[in-house]
Amino acid sequence: MRFFEYEAREIVKRAGIPVTTFGFATTPEEARRAAEEIGGPVVIKSQVLTGGRMKAGGVQFADTPEEAAEKAGPVLELVINGQEPRGVLVDTKAEVEQEYYAGVVWDGIRKQPVILFSDMGGIDIEEVAEQHPDHVGRQHFSNILPLSEFQAKQVVAAVGVTGPALNKLVPIIKRLAQMFVDNDLTLCEINPLGRMADGSFVALDAHMDMENEARARHKALLEELGVGDDETREAREPTAFELAGEAVDNASHRGVAGNVTEFDGNIGLVIGAGGGSLTLFDAVRKYGGKPANYCEIGGNPSVEKACGLAKLVLQKPGVEKIAVMMSIVSNTRVDIVARGVIKACLELDMDPAEKIAIFRIPGAWEDEGFKILKKYGVEYADRSVSMHEAAERAVEKIGGRAA
Amino acid sequence: MRTDAIFIGIQVDDAVAGDAELAKRLDEACPVDIYDGSEGVVRIRRENVDECVLCRLCLDASPAETVKVIKLYDGDAVLT
Repeated sequence: MRFFEYEAREIVKRAGIPVTTFGFATTPEEARRAAEEIGGPVVIKSQVLTGGRMKAGGVQFADTPEEAAEKAGPVLELVINGQEPRGVLVDTKAEVEQEYYAGVVWDGIRKQPVILFSDMGGIDIEEVAEQHPDHVGRQHFSNILPLSEFQAKQVVAAVGVTGPALNKLVPIIKRLAQMFVDNDLTLCEINPLGRMADGSFVALDAHMDMENEARARHKALLEELGVGDDETREAREPTAFELAGEAVDNASHRGVAGNVTEFDGNIGLVIGAGGGSLTLFDAVRKYGGKPANYCEIGGNPSVEKACGLAKLVLQKPGVEKIAVMMSIVSNTRVDIVARGVIKACLELDMDPAEKIAIFRIPGAWEDEGFKILKKYGVEYADRSVSMHEAAERAVEKIGGRAA
Repeated sequence: MRTDAIFIGIQVDDAVAGDAELAKRLDEACPVDIYDGSEGVVRIRRENVDECVLCRLCLDASPAETVKVIKLYDGDAVLT
């Protein structure tokens, strides 16, 4: 779940990291009052959950409260990348001597947060990491034990920051790391982190994503920030394909066909079983396959649900074949899923043997499932074939490694 | 009376198909709503037949040999 900048700034402020004085406004009059309270030149920033604000005209500068109101009006009306702004952030226009970057992101491979620091702030950290890798310090840390002072120093000193600046940055880095852990964030970035004329450091912008599953643990914070329970706060609007996936899931109460996500590949995936979906998706990519989608089917779905999901994937433009794979199922039934995916092929006038690259779901009722698959000539595999081997076979069947 | 879907066929002996009590029992027993007993006779919802989970509850709810669940994918094997 992504936070708007004004919310992220509030969280940063509560974590004890210095921020410029700012206000949130939904009308030009509120923007005028916020600018008056700040008492000096201000920046007016559109509050949308997308990038490209500056380019689109969603960031304006004003020297007086009246000008702030005048500039806020059009920004409040401006749609950026299809998003209407939630309001505007009215922020102090700070005179910065140097811009830095400080961020924490969850490293899914190491299963640990990693803190990143750069003396080249104000631009995308990805760009800095690619073009100036010596200007990015990195440090993994425990999400149980607090980040030590030594670790914080190491990540800042890695880019050559020393002396008083180093001493002032260390507590900020430590608080940033703690804020990441305390709030179950998957990403938090302060960019830029500005060094002012007096040598102090101030967060000038913040971006944050919270783990969706952790929302219930932070109900109080979310209520205080005014984040409604029904706000999904996805990074982008769902596609028609993804909405159709939701409809398939909602059509039957039995089982789950969740997190249907669209990609642009040629191999459709009907995958599931806990972490199996992620493993299988990664395995397909590892062997050079280009997935057309991601999904998580399980929880003992009905034939109707398995059929609906398979039909959706089979009809997606560009899909050549589907791979039906899970780890080992207990509550989901192999025969029911087999019926569903074969039914989908038959109802779409497709040959299951041709369209299903591989069916690899071992577990409950597999004997019945394999009888069905055998009858329709579908290649199937039991648990003696690993998930990786199954993924490799599926990729090979649609012409080997994708370009 | 026999109704076949793609994978499953259901056969109910005509001699018991009009039994209102049996129709009610089958309606209550089936977890995937294959039987409709609301009209006092045994009716089969064709759209649900392939949802059959082979639980045998309909067999238990009916006199022996009067209801048959047929696995069309397995050489028309009858569920026992």
